[in-house]
Amino acid sequence: MSAGQPPIDSPQIRRLSPVLGPGHTFTSVTDKISSIVLTRPTSLGWVAGFAISFSLVMMLTVALAWLIIKGVGIWGINIPVGWGFAIVNFVWWIGIGHAGTLISAILFLLNQKWRTSINRFAEAMTLFAVACAGIFPLLHTGRPWMSYYMFPYPSTMGLWPQFRSPLIWDVFAVSTYGTVSLLFWFVGLIPDLATLRDRALTKPKQIIYGMLAMGWRGSARHWHRYQSAYLLLAGLATPLVLSVHTVVSFDFATAIVPGWHTTIFPPYFVAGAIYSGFAMVLTIAIPLRKAYGLEDFITMRHLENMAMVMLATGLIVAYGYFFEYFMSIYSGNKFDLYLTQMRFHGPYSHFYYALILCNILTPQLLWFHKARTNIPLLFVMSLVVNLGMWLERFVIVVISLTRDFMPSAWGRYSATVWDYATFAGTIGLFVMLLFLFVRVMPAISIAEMRELVAETSEDHE
Amino acid sequence: MEHRSHIYGVVAEFKTERELVHAVEKTREAGYRRIEAYTPFPVEGLSEALALKRNNVPLITLIGGLTGGLGGFFFQYWVSVIAYPLNIGGRPLNSWPAFIPVTFELTVLGAALSAVFGMLALNGLPRPHHPLFNVHRFVKHATSDRFFLCIEARDSKFHLKDSARFLQGLNASHINEVEDD
Repeated sequence: MSAGQPPIDSPQIRRLSPVLGPGHTFTSVTDKISSIVLTRPTSLGWVAGFAISFSLVMMLTVALAWLIIKGVGIWGINIPVGWGFAIVNFVWWIGIGHAGTLISAILFLLNQKWRTSINRFAEAMTLFAVACAGIFPLLHTGRPWMSYYMFPYPSTMGLWPQFRSPLIWDVFAVSTYGTVSLLFWFVGLIPDLATLRDRALTKPKQIIYGMLAMGWRGSARHWHRYQSAYLLLAGLATPLVLSVHTVVSFDFATAIVPGWHTTIFPPYFVAGAIYSGFAMVLTIAIPLRKAYGLEDFITMRHLENMAMVMLATGLIVAYGYFFEYFMSIYSGNKFDLYLTQMRFHGPYSHFYYALILCNILTPQLLWFHKARTNIPLLFVMSLVVNLGMWLERFVIVVISLTRDFMPSAWGRYSATVWDYATFAGTIGLFVMLLFLFVRVMPAISIAEMRELVAETSEDHE
Repeated sequence: MEHRSHIYGVVAEFKTERELVHAVEKTREAGYRRIEAYTPFPVEGLSEALALKRNNVPLITLIGGLTGGLGGFFFQYWVSVIAYPLNIGGRPLNSWPAFIPVTFELTVLGAALSAVFGMLALNGLPRPHHPLFNVHRFVKHATSDRFFLCIEARDSKFHLKDSARFLQGLNASHINEVEDD
């Protein structure tokens, strides 16, 4: 236990629910979590959910095939709006991933016990969100089969990438982020894979989990190095997660387009990323705990804490919006000022008002304990915030590009059916991967739950 | 005992992590050195009881991070200044501030890869089989809910019957011989 932190059941925080339901032992947490993967029969709800998300993935493959046949002209992008849905969705998905890393790395370094039962699936969410995000810039290049040009390799043409370009920074940031998130997730899984190997009832499962567990046997010397490696990974992932959305914001901030060329973008993008990510963790956690009876592990305390993080980051985002507005007036730059007017009164103003409603006004309900503990309301609010953060990226990308410096360069943008199909398809891919994940991997870290059992039983004594 | 020469050691099973830490301390006091504990989660105080030294994972991570960072920076320098110089309005070729994001990412990548693969290599993983997996109760409980302490046969003080009796005296719930194969 860290010094100065009151024990979980102390009177100071008695009002809060515990991070673990009462009466659990090492055996009970192991049984409960591993049974979801090993013995529980596949439920009808799972099959239905998987079928729906799988059909969306089929739609995605159709949309992508047609895109590769016809080119990016099937999307709504044009000149001046060359970015459109592809970049909006890319930034949205990458942002969602950030909460997973925040929960697993930053809360780990801060010794926050409530992270334990949500970090595993939040990390999985990160991986799947990064996978969905990666699709968009790749296809947006127009010739995805040439995308290896962005990697530095000794080509026969003697050509090298331009390392001063935010596009190349993006390639490195996102691929590093994907790799480190995968490593972090896998290292966390090793002890649990060993548990599954030892508890699996069929030979194929024993072999597959056995190969993945790599012979882990819980040796004290192994744990000793394992804990060092895990702590170091958490320490590395923390600045990494802040850097990724910073680099994504550089894609905008290094351009001179009105509304993009601003120094507030990096912190405001990172806060927005964590905001949408926590919303997505809630969107997943609420049905997950219900469907698999995990109310003892993902308690009201978790939901409430996540709601509070959402409120805090939401306020930072609101501060960002306010300062964007203030700076456009204070700078005296007529292009910036005009852009701000366009946000309030232009052809896309309904997107802007919807954004304010979703991202700034609705989350103010979270100030109230009653709202934070009302599960259906929390679920709806998490969806509203997800939508709001998508609208924010739409406002940033589209309004700025349609109102450039010269009236002759102004334009309009509207997405086509293929834009919507691709976006919905990636949502399907994300959900399908999550459905597969909860069936084949422990959705909650069993080893860390045992640690929590040991710690909470000490606190009682 | 037919397999006397093929003995890996003797393993004791404990119900709680405290009993295990206590047993480890007693075993070391008794002069045993080739001992190893097995737990379903990292137990606080166990590394100290086993007198484990600081491990080399942080050093490997540091070296990996430095290699990634320095290699990344000078690679960008080489590409932008030597291999493929682009004169853009007479701006300096070594525009180092623009190289920082990629340098940072490669530092993290190098450090993270060396932390994970360094940890696995030092632990001797992957290792699909281990003599302890011959013990039925170990397989059933070591990764779930019980705590194990193994005195290995290569310890100079090891004696199958005496060591087993010694562990029995430490309040172990089960004692098993571990066959080596």
